[in-house]
Amino acid sequence: MIEIAGTHPSDPLDAKRALALLARADHQTLKQVWDGLPAKPQFRKIRGPEVGLVMVKGRIGGGGDPFNLGEASVCRASIETDAGVIGHSYRLGTDKAAAELGAVLHALWQSDDHRQHIESTLLSPVEKRAEADARTRSQQTAATKVDFFTMVRGED
Amino acid sequence: MYVAVKGGETAIANAHQLLADRRRGNRELPAIAIEQIVEQLALSVDRVMAEASLYDRSLAALAVKQSRGDLIEAIFLLRAYRTTLPRFGTSEPIDTARMQIERRVSATYKDLPGGQLLGPTFDYTHRLLDPDLLHDTPVEAPAGRTDADEPVMRVSEILAGEGLIEADGELPADHVAGDLTREPMEFPMTRDLRLQALARGDEGFLLALGYSTQRGYGRTHPFVGEIRIGLVDIELDVPELGFAVSLGEILVTECQMVNQFKGSAKASPQFTRGYGLVFGQSERKAMSMSLVDRALRTQEFGEDVVAPAQDEEFVISHCDNVQATGFVEHLKLPHYVDFQAELDLVRRMRAKHAQPHDHQEAAE
Amino acid sequence: MVATATLLPGFADPVFDAQAVFRAAMDALARPGTIQQIGCPLTPPKGLCAASAALMLTLCDYDTPVYLSAALAQGVVPGWLGFHAGAKITSDKSTCAFAFFEKGSTLPAFGHFSQGTQDYPDRSTTIILEVASLEGGARLSLSGPGINGATEIAPLGLPATFLDQWRVNRALFPRGIDLILTCSNRLIGLPRTVNIKALEG
Repeated sequence: MIEIAGTHPSDPLDAKRALALLARADHQTLKQVWDGLPAKPQFRKIRGPEVGLVMVKGRIGGGGDPFNLGEASVCRASIETDAGVIGHSYRLGTDKAAAELGAVLHALWQSDDHRQHIESTLLSPVEKRAEADARTRSQQTAATKVDFFTMVRGED
Repeated sequence: MYVAVKGGETAIANAHQLLADRRRGNRELPAIAIEQIVEQLALSVDRVMAEASLYDRSLAALAVKQSRGDLIEAIFLLRAYRTTLPRFGTSEPIDTARMQIERRVSATYKDLPGGQLLGPTFDYTHRLLDPDLLHDTPVEAPAGRTDADEPVMRVSEILAGEGLIEADGELPADHVAGDLTREPMEFPMTRDLRLQALARGDEGFLLALGYSTQRGYGRTHPFVGEIRIGLVDIELDVPELGFAVSLGEILVTECQMVNQFKGSAKASPQFTRGYGLVFGQSERKAMSMSLVDRALRTQEFGEDVVAPAQDEEFVISHCDNVQATGFVEHLKLPHYVDFQAELDLVRRMRAKHAQPHDHQEAAE
Repeated sequence: MVATATLLPGFADPVFDAQAVFRAAMDALARPGTIQQIGCPLTPPKGLCAASAALMLTLCDYDTPVYLSAALAQGVVPGWLGFHAGAKITSDKSTCAFAFFEKGSTLPAFGHFSQGTQDYPDRSTTIILEVASLEGGARLSLSGPGINGATEIAPLGLPATFLDQWRVNRALFPRGIDLILTCSNRLIGLPRTVNIKALEG
């Protein structure tokens, strides 16, 4: 369960979690939260939204020294609200509109007035859905686990 | 030699139009949607992403559609697209030990922590064509099981406990991972660069090379220590934030091949390893990659280079299917002038050949 | 978090602005001695003139290590450059792809920068030096590729040893650094191929 009262934008762990969940929220969810905002903030773009690449690294042997595996497409955006709060968003893929919405919602999450709302309408539901998806996948995989049994052969 | 030839403009424009027509096919059938390709031809999408060296399911699916299902053409399209994008940075190395596992099997241990998880595999199908797929027959939801929540440890860790296997790959302490998309290739190359080249190499080429090592052309006595397929988190270090940000998850396939090694003057007998890591779900590719990775380490273990799969320059220079197709297919471009020169040469040689033998002697 | 820090925007239109600036830089280097202008509006970070800032956003990226003068390295420029271009700052002059100096800063000898190699002469450093003015200084005569006969410039605020250093640089061809002089929103390109001589008066 998420301790909403404990979340704080200046705590790197909370900030990391918020950005990770914004990256996982699909376009439609972000749009719905944006549309549902009682008052929409004015903001200006300071970087992007823009599409680029991140070189994904692997490790030799799984845990050895790094090597470059290949790239992934990434979309990022940074905005500044009229209140002077800067919001960022980084997500896999090329959806610029989603990145921009994510950056605005990240800025709102950082302001005391909106954090609770963003947490309850966006971050918390996205987190629950991601956890549920992961659980379903893991249970489906578990169902394909081989339960070996040995036939008794001869005596002793 | 090439000469500029004009006059093909209309022909080319019409050829493009014809291509678009044939791509669309029968207009009475609905056009295939990108989402359908992503969902229902997922393994084609995976192959395109792996060999284009760009993870993006939607763009790979678009490439498959645009190329009419020609996967090397799709890979080419995606490679061309990636050159138009700036690089934002480099991810933290992905942690395959913390993978959300979709499939995990080992051929070396029957009962291992986490167990044998078959996942969505073709392995035990009977390879009989399924007439149900001729229609949109409803598909049952997969079974779930809630009682198996054992941690899935790496097979290499089991062997490492006894000191029977070499460590994960290590390079000199000051080594920075090379990037062949940025620096020209030079031989000999380090293992990190070879793995990058193999990860984007042609599946068919690596499969054939891996097979060749099994048939005796550079034997490595391989066992599949472990194959795992699943989702891993991608984290990008962001300087303006001061911490790494999670961008989402990607699907990868990893193969740990365990190979026998008799030991040398310097090293005692132990198992050595070949490593395969590929975007998407493709254990054929990951297994081939790990076989070829081990074969290419021949010299590192003081073994003789006797087979193609052990020849670094041969393997790495020829594993990229975009390069290969470019060079092979350029032969169909106009070579009119070259050929005229060859024609002339052959005519002169024939004329000389036809001259009476004694005449030639007299001239000498 | 940077929530409280003020981050300046980069180009208003990153693609087209960068293309226009690249065009200006290319023309400046193709026609040494001509004064090119940066047309797009850009608020430079403290320490840089508009032309230097625009060149920074246009030329620098994740793959180009950038050397900054001591004063620039201590200010807001590294953060701005990293944020918009993703470029890494290096303190090693001999490996940097670009080096930036503000007006009046002490320019190290060209020989300390990357000179490129015989195989890859393109790997040399391009130095962007802001000067007091592109006009009104001692008259210099330029000749070489891209110049029909000879042309003249008179930048104000070049280091005293400039001509001697340039002679050495010119002799390294095909290796050697390239130089871009900036002031306000204007620039002059001095590629390694150009001959520079002092004119009387």
